[in-house]
Amino acid sequence: MSEALLELLPSVLLEGLLLGCVYAMIALGYTMVYGVLGLINFAHSEVFMVGAVAGVEVYRYLGPHVENPYILALLALVIAAIISGGLAMGIERLAYRPLRKRGSTNRLVPLITAIGVSFFLQDLVRLIEGLWHGEFYMNFPADAQMEALHDLPMGMSIQNKSILVIAVAVIMMLALDHLVRRTRLGKAIRAVAQDLPTASLMGIDPDKIIGRTFLIGGALGGIAGVLFGLLYSQINPFVGFVPGIKAFTAAVLGGIGNIYGAMLGGLVLGTIETLGGTYLFFLTGGALGNEYKDILAFIILVLLLLFRPQGLLGKTQGEKV
Amino acid sequence: MKPRLSIIALTIAALAAGAALLAWPRSTWPLLAVLGVLFGCLTLNHHKPLRFAIALALLLFFIPAAGTHNTFLFELVTTMGIFAAMSLGLNIVVGMAGLLDLGYAAFFAIGAYTWAIFGSGQASEFMSGSFPLPGWPFFYTFAALAVITGALTGTLIGLPALRLRGDYLAVVTLGLGEVVRVLANNLDHPINFTNGPQGITPIERPPIHWMLKPLEALGLKATPALAYSIFFYLLVLAVIGIVVLVNVRLDRSRFGRAWVAIREDEIAARSMGISLTHTKLQAFATGAAFSGVMGAIFAAKQLFVSPETFTLLQSITILAMVILGGMGSIRGALVGAMAVTLLNIEVLKSFSDFLIHLRQTGFVLNLGIASYNFANLSDQIEPAKYERMIFGLILVLMMIFRPSGLIPERRHRLELGEPKKGACQDTNGGACGPA
Repeated sequence: MSEALLELLPSVLLEGLLLGCVYAMIALGYTMVYGVLGLINFAHSEVFMVGAVAGVEVYRYLGPHVENPYILALLALVIAAIISGGLAMGIERLAYRPLRKRGSTNRLVPLITAIGVSFFLQDLVRLIEGLWHGEFYMNFPADAQMEALHDLPMGMSIQNKSILVIAVAVIMMLALDHLVRRTRLGKAIRAVAQDLPTASLMGIDPDKIIGRTFLIGGALGGIAGVLFGLLYSQINPFVGFVPGIKAFTAAVLGGIGNIYGAMLGGLVLGTIETLGGTYLFFLTGGALGNEYKDILAFIILVLLLLFRPQGLLGKTQGEKV
Repeated sequence: MKPRLSIIALTIAALAAGAALLAWPRSTWPLLAVLGVLFGCLTLNHHKPLRFAIALALLLFFIPAAGTHNTFLFELVTTMGIFAAMSLGLNIVVGMAGLLDLGYAAFFAIGAYTWAIFGSGQASEFMSGSFPLPGWPFFYTFAALAVITGALTGTLIGLPALRLRGDYLAVVTLGLGEVVRVLANNLDHPINFTNGPQGITPIERPPIHWMLKPLEALGLKATPALAYSIFFYLLVLAVIGIVVLVNVRLDRSRFGRAWVAIREDEIAARSMGISLTHTKLQAFATGAAFSGVMGAIFAAKQLFVSPETFTLLQSITILAMVILGGMGSIRGALVGAMAVTLLNIEVLKSFSDFLIHLRQTGFVLNLGIASYNFANLSDQIEPAKYERMIFGLILVLMMIFRPSGLIPERRHRLELGEPKKGACQDTNGGACGPA
């Protein structure tokens, strides 16, 4: 039996890589917002979900008119990125900025707001989809060309859409790296993350930069939503919660506030989860099944926060009095 | 309004509302009036004994008397009571100690399963002995035990979580709350502890034959169902009384002050000799204990528990009660629980029924310039199904416009309100949190 399991390993790792790409893309949104505001943006999981739903709508309305499945997927990615990015910026403008302007020092206030926004959006999308189409369970349509298999060494095989997912994730992460490191906007974001009051003295408008950060993080989340939909097909307004909290775990795993940490954390978490989902059943002789794979992420989160709260790539920070 | 005038108005309103409720026990408006008077009893700041007497008269005379004609009253107020105890418990954690717990329903689940497993045949799946255990005396034993299992679980979850900074705590409790639900869902194999998604039913109730005689003396031939409604109503009222008393005493004790101190400033509190982990654990365990005992009562009252009851939505509902009432405020937690429960099981449902009625009858709304035929209204519009949207909106709007809640705690209002001039100028409108 163990040989059979070993034979399975490369395919499982590949599956983990795909899931990891999605987690990494969502985790970037969490970590960037945490970097500039020190806020866990719970609503980010809904930004991700809205991206997936926007992708479904693109497939629904443009699908019959666009022949090439890659162009269609690209259109879905772009439109989802715009809608999700705009939504994230809108959330910041309407919900978080008024809190900052009031200058309350209570840390719970923005967190509770974020939870509220998250719940509100779940039902809002449900209502809109319900009114629009009469139901709120959606599917990304299957496409034979996208699902065509290529054989890889070591008994692995990969679908066209999986190649697309990896390619999009890698390109977006490289683009983000370029943006953060080489552009003026990236420099401003880093400055605001490092020290907001001082950055504002240097002629940086913090509100503008915070808005742009939400825009970029949201757009990445929307793209992740479409990638998630391409991989797993089924979408509904409540689909964001579990990937959202796992992506947050990934962000913490890598070291929150650190964008390379988020990428690494996403890949590591995706791999661990797929491995756990496959092997937990065999290792425990069938006692614990696949349904415990969601718990795995939480256990990792708890252990991590206990023993290495700064994450894999993070630095420890002393608390200033 | 002058204090004396308002208390007189309240008394008259109480009598009028109570009489109306007795006259029309099935109508919604007298019920709302009675609840309004109870709100008034909680919100006024003076004439404490008189307000207390009015509330007692409503709760122990008018509502039970009307309830014998309409058991829904008992159901509503009992549910309010169960949620009030939980919102008081969460108020200790979130309001007093300032620890955002998003997995609070987990403790409710622990308490509910504590009695459900042993008060039904479920326990014989994994241990020998004769189950279900009889309701007397074991229901009361297990209700007390649920306080302990709740507190223990609180400590267990708290131990790793509380060493973290505030915002991580929110995510970890959210995750652990889900873990408890997933466990309840899946612990039907390899050994069947919880019976998985099917849930556990029927659950034993404590015997109440001792109550039938006094009821008969009051001229009431009670059916078993009605007698149990009255029993759980009184039981929940009694437990709420104890919980409120404990809360008030705790609020003014060393513990309460320590909780508020760590909420306001952890570092300052620590330098005053308050042990952070201990104090936080105490808050967590105390809050969890209230939820645990109500879980056991809930299990007996519903005769059925399943993992579906203990979702994240449930935790957020309780959080919305605390936020609506005012973080840290005991009266606020009670008002919040009453308001949100009323919204949840009465107002939204009535509104849904109203819309369904309009749709079915094809009512046409004519506004002169535009008219709308309700027969075209989509069947997706059912307010009762959109709790998430409503609770989400409550949280966001309260945080933006009135973060200290409907009945603010005095210290919290000072903290959450406008800062003094110059306190936050240097950030140029940026985040003004502690470093």
